[in-house]
Amino acid sequence: MTNPLVRRIGLALAAPALAAVFAVVVSAIVLELSGSNSIDTFGTILSNGFQLETFVDTLNRATPLFLAGVAAAIGFRMNLFNIGVEGQYILAAFAAAVVGAELNRFALPGFLHTLAIVATAMFVGAVWAGLSGLLKVTRGINEVISTIMLNFVATGGIVAALLPKVITDPTAPNQGTETIAERAWLPDLNGVAEVVTREIGRGRELTGVFLIAVVVAIAYHVGVNRTVFGFDLRSSGMNPFAAFAGGVQPKKMVFLSMVLSGVVAGLVGMPEILSDNHAYDQGFVQGLGFGGIAIALLGRNSALGMTFAALLFGFLDSSSAVLQVQASASAEIVRIMQATFLLAAVVAFEFVNRIRQRDEVARASAATETPNGPTPSIEGASA
Amino acid sequence: MAPAIELIGITKRFPGVIANDNINLTVAEGEIHAICGENGAGKSTLMKILYGMQPADEGVMRVFGEEVTFSSPNDAIERGIGMVHQHLMLADQMSVIENVILGSEPTKRGVIDFDAAKAHLAEVGRAYGLTVDPDDYIDTLEIGERQRVEIIKVLYRGAKILILDEPTAVLVPQEVEELFNNLRELKQDGATIIFIDHKLQEVLEISDSITVIRRGKTVATVAASEVTAGDLAELMVGEELPSPETGASTVTTDVALAVTDLTVRDDDGRAIVDNVSLQVHRGEILGVAGIEGNGQSELINAIVGTYAAETGSIEMAGRDIGSASVRERREGGLGYVPQDRHREGLLLDAPLWENAALGHQTAAPYSKGFWVDRPGSRSQTQQIREEFDVRTPNVDVSARALSGGNQQKLIIGREMTAEPAVLIAAHPTRGIDVGAQADVWNQIRQARANGLATLLISADLDELIGLSDTIVVMYHGRLVATLDPAEIDPRTLGSYMTGAALKGDA
Repeated sequence: MTNPLVRRIGLALAAPALAAVFAVVVSAIVLELSGSNSIDTFGTILSNGFQLETFVDTLNRATPLFLAGVAAAIGFRMNLFNIGVEGQYILAAFAAAVVGAELNRFALPGFLHTLAIVATAMFVGAVWAGLSGLLKVTRGINEVISTIMLNFVATGGIVAALLPKVITDPTAPNQGTETIAERAWLPDLNGVAEVVTREIGRGRELTGVFLIAVVVAIAYHVGVNRTVFGFDLRSSGMNPFAAFAGGVQPKKMVFLSMVLSGVVAGLVGMPEILSDNHAYDQGFVQGLGFGGIAIALLGRNSALGMTFAALLFGFLDSSSAVLQVQASASAEIVRIMQATFLLAAVVAFEFVNRIRQRDEVARASAATETPNGPTPSIEGASA
Repeated sequence: MAPAIELIGITKRFPGVIANDNINLTVAEGEIHAICGENGAGKSTLMKILYGMQPADEGVMRVFGEEVTFSSPNDAIERGIGMVHQHLMLADQMSVIENVILGSEPTKRGVIDFDAAKAHLAEVGRAYGLTVDPDDYIDTLEIGERQRVEIIKVLYRGAKILILDEPTAVLVPQEVEELFNNLRELKQDGATIIFIDHKLQEVLEISDSITVIRRGKTVATVAASEVTAGDLAELMVGEELPSPETGASTVTTDVALAVTDLTVRDDDGRAIVDNVSLQVHRGEILGVAGIEGNGQSELINAIVGTYAAETGSIEMAGRDIGSASVRERREGGLGYVPQDRHREGLLLDAPLWENAALGHQTAAPYSKGFWVDRPGSRSQTQQIREEFDVRTPNVDVSARALSGGNQQKLIIGREMTAEPAVLIAAHPTRGIDVGAQADVWNQIRQARANGLATLLISADLDELIGLSDTIVVMYHGRLVATLDPAEIDPRTLGSYMTGAALKGDA
């Protein structure tokens, strides 16, 4: 065997590398079959990728995806499958937009206005997710079912019913809530980025929510890995019976992690509300919640992993827009790449995991063979 | 006549473990043959091999004189071997007949032929004297009836040899009687039955011959008519183990744990712990003897707080902890060595230092207030590793990588280093090798000398007698006897556990 450290690092990189190769090969085949030139298409994606504006666009797209990923991952860490990030962020964004518009009428400092919007979003997200948590804890209802149902209630029910009531301009092409006053908008981060880069082209503003995402990433990482609460959360996910015997209250953890998941889910719609559109309208971005599940899977629920996953998906989404403009290939090829990459990565992770476990067992049993120690003998392995 | 089943030199290894070590077994046609042994002795592995669920590494299997190799249960079924699992595998929302034919449905022109199925079922029922209504839904049946459906299902497929894996574990006494009557009838009609159990009294009652397995090896095959429960207990537990002597008494008069009139009910409302009172003093080891399923697990779960007691009080060092959370109890000095370390004791995928923190994550050195103390946890785990001889390359490997004995030493180590006032130890040496076993005994003994109050539950009678200062016997949820370990041997203890001594016919 080679140097064990080299082997471990190699194993860690092997899974995503294999998945990437697989995704590129599959998409190339699809491209060729559909009559496009695969080399050209990948060339377009790459050359576009090296532009500063694309990079900003990638970050803008990655930001909400990452937040949705963290929201899903908080549940996953506990073996809770929160499928409801979708409904949670849409309902939260709608409520935040309504509150933001209402506050236009009051004289407040801008930062308070912003804070009120963000707090509303987090609160509504928490309530909506907490509802599923409560149902699970008190009535034993599976969170997968309740969150899916609550998605429909949120988007098809509450938002669809209330949106007409808050539309201010019935003649507008894209009807929605009143635009939030400019004082509450988050400043873009182009000024910060331009300290190290050239001037960023007009129409490409790095969303201020990016900073919120950075804070969430750090809080998530530290919270899960370095706090007692995070330990309780992870141990419940790994072995709920052992965690229970170790003093972790399972019901409390289920409820709290759903609420926290909802708090982060509430932030997913913020780039749209605070940086982009400044209103909730009929064209409000959908599907980020499900994207977040993919990010959490691909990033293995780790802050760093999900950062890479969100950047990758953000970049591919951004390429999709370029392909659409250039029309050299179908923009949907990007979806195929994302899906095959995800599928291949999940399989590869599991594969690598097994190799790693086998390595570990081998090392541990080598350690058992100390000079004075007897070799392990018969044991109850009736399992 | 060739025996129904003949196993010669069956060996099965798992990484670092020999589950079956050169097992020999001969089951004559038409007999009820019991396989006895403690949990973890290798019974289940052997049955899985016999039923084709796992291949043996070595050895020969003969069925009715013919050498066979099974690669799946289908092969075993084809040879006339059927298995009734401990946990019944029936679809609750389907009828009896649907369950019976599931997987081998008779069809007529592509449609399930229920008439043919029912006719065949009735035929099987007549032949073996078992009656069920084919149109009843499973979820309307009692457990005993469901088990009968499982047996019929196996017979329906033409099984001549039945393997029953701890069939009485889920039954109440009357149902056990009924099952035994059914089994006797089956035997009369020519079936061969392999009966796995560790309840000695039942084994003696139903079987013709008994094979005892201990630590993966066949110890003996005896005729049921020639042995007593005490003999069997001795065979199961063995005598070559290092003796767990305790030495001079360190029992004090301070009550560390007091349980008063505790009653715990199971989901069906049966009192599984029935009005139990006991006291453990500082420096005392109180052993609880009892055949599994007599309420010991529920007793410790109620004390640890993972299962709610219905009535009664639990006091630790004079403080009522009956309504405290598990965490409050643990923080108050309750140590816990669970009976199933994989289920309740470990996070298999987490590193050792996190496993050492489990149950103590709110206290130093594992945490500082809100934060996990990583260096503190690591050095504490390192200390446990050295002091308790946990053999591992480092404290960052996952718990899964360790052998059972080392996992157990880690658990004992983390509980002992937290300096508990009361230790609940359930089967602390189950399924670990002799060396690790002696280590664990030493640790418990040492802690006792330092004033620890221990409630010890074990199926290993030598362990109970050797370590305990006092032994209480639990039978059908009640404490039925208090014994002095100095004046008792495994045989007598065994007769108390089976209830035989209580009826006065031991």
